Amino acid sequence: MSTPTLPIESPAVQQGDSSADAVVFDNVSIAFEENIVLDGVSFHLPRGETKALFGVAGSGKSTALKLALGLMKPDSGRIFLLGQEVTSMSEQKLFELRARAGIVFQESALFDSLKVRENVAYRMMEEHLSEEEIDRRVREALRFVELERTIDMYPSELSGGMRRRVAIARAIITQPEVLLYDSPTGGLDPVTSNTIVELIIKQRDVYKTSALMVTHRLQDAFTMATHEFDKNANKMVALPKGQRSEVPMSFLILRDGKIIFDGDLRELAASRDPYIREYIS
Amino acid sequence: MALELEMTSPFDVAKDAVKAIQDYSVLAAQSLTNFFRRPLYWGDILQQADLIGVGSLPIVVLSGLSIGALLALNSASTLERFGGITLIGQLVSNSMVTELGPLITGLMVSGRNASGMASELGSMIVTEQIDAMRALGTDPSKKLVTPRVGATVFMLFFLTIISDLLGLIGGFAVANLLFGLDSRQYWSNAWQTLVFRDVFMGLVKPVMFGFIIATIGCYYGMSTRGGTQGVGRSTTQAVVTSSVLILVVDFFVTKAIFAVLGYR
Repeated sequence: MSTPTLPIESPAVQQGDSSADAVVFDNVSIAFEENIVLDGVSFHLPRGETKALFGVAGSGKSTALKLALGLMKPDSGRIFLLGQEVTSMSEQKLFELRARAGIVFQESALFDSLKVRENVAYRMMEEHLSEEEIDRRVREALRFVELERTIDMYPSELSGGMRRRVAIARAIITQPEVLLYDSPTGGLDPVTSNTIVELIIKQRDVYKTSALMVTHRLQDAFTMATHEFDKNANKMVALPKGQRSEVPMSFLILRDGKIIFDGDLRELAASRDPYIREYIS
Repeated sequence: MALELEMTSPFDVAKDAVKAIQDYSVLAAQSLTNFFRRPLYWGDILQQADLIGVGSLPIVVLSGLSIGALLALNSASTLERFGGITLIGQLVSNSMVTELGPLITGLMVSGRNASGMASELGSMIVTEQIDAMRALGTDPSKKLVTPRVGATVFMLFFLTIISDLLGLIGGFAVANLLFGLDSRQYWSNAWQTLVFRDVFMGLVKPVMFGFIIATIGCYYGMSTRGGTQGVGRSTTQAVVTSSVLILVVDFFVTKAIFAVLGYR
């Protein structure tokens, strides 16, 4: 698949923000009633890197994404997003910080009473940008996900894969500094999944956007770790084995609320942990 | 198959109740303070006013006419026995303006809109649209709750006036067509019986009922848990709670106004 480029500026790192990490979890714990979901979890996501979060259902992957964006508060521990501690911020301050981040929800979470155009333009409409500016950028974002023709459709008229791509367009339209993907390929056919993986790789390699990606599909993360986006060919290409370590991609595996692995593809492949071996086999 | 009943301790029940009241109070207070904080979503307020006000007009018109007509019909036989048929206008006017107009309109709008709000917001919660809204930098309290509260309070005020008027018209139709009461007699009686306290009571109640309907509908919608089943549960709870609260608040408001402005 080839996708058109998104001719908008690269994400601008805010002046005075010297943090080298896009996301930091410091000893974070959260429980829902008796069920401990995350138990003293610590990790960091360097800027420009994509980290894939794995774990069985209910292991706290989606919760971790919501915590990173301040949509939920942990019971203990600290979380930093783009250098700012979200755990101690008021909701009002968080609204400002979230303008620098984007999220793609598991079920897309498109506003079903709004058309695709209004969904993608939501943030810009809130900022009262001009209609011409909004229209131009919406079309660019939809062209990026190859769905410009759906601009006047409602989410209910789209397929699951198309909704997921519209959600990506909504997340990237303001070129955020960090993107959070919650199972972006979950429940989709292999062809559509591949399209979405390519879009994520493109966002990572062309715009250098940091990303946390929750996924159940190991093959998607492996594709991301072994491919890069070729701007000239306008598609993702497989990297020779020797160059794979240059890909800014890491893996994190959660089990029973704790991190049992955090490293790159080479370290993952070399792991002798029986659970990890079984997981990746 | 053996049924397993899980016992909940009274302490947990009390704790949940206190938490629910606290959450409701915060939502209700925020819905008001948001009117003084930017941005104020005028477009959403107007849209909700159209949905709640114009949308509820048919049921308010029908219920107002029916209640006024039924009131006249039921009271006429008693009044006729004492030779007081001319007092129908007075009775209908007083009952409609102070009590039945606001109450019936409140209950009708509650049934239609508290359920609508709870199901709409509940669906948005379970499909993560509220989280998406927060992630996109919009305060759901400002965008969703405050416009509904503002629109319901504003529109219920006018819907109640319409209901009062239609109740009087319904009462007049019965008094004139079935009991041959002169129109001047009916309307002058209906008009002259009303004092400031009656009109004040009749206009304060819809403001309070509108606030109850919108905040309860939004509260149950925003606190929905448990998928589509949870949405159904929230919808039912919103209608039941707002209707019961309207009846309870109605009693206390009536009592308070009588205490302050005096009985007849």
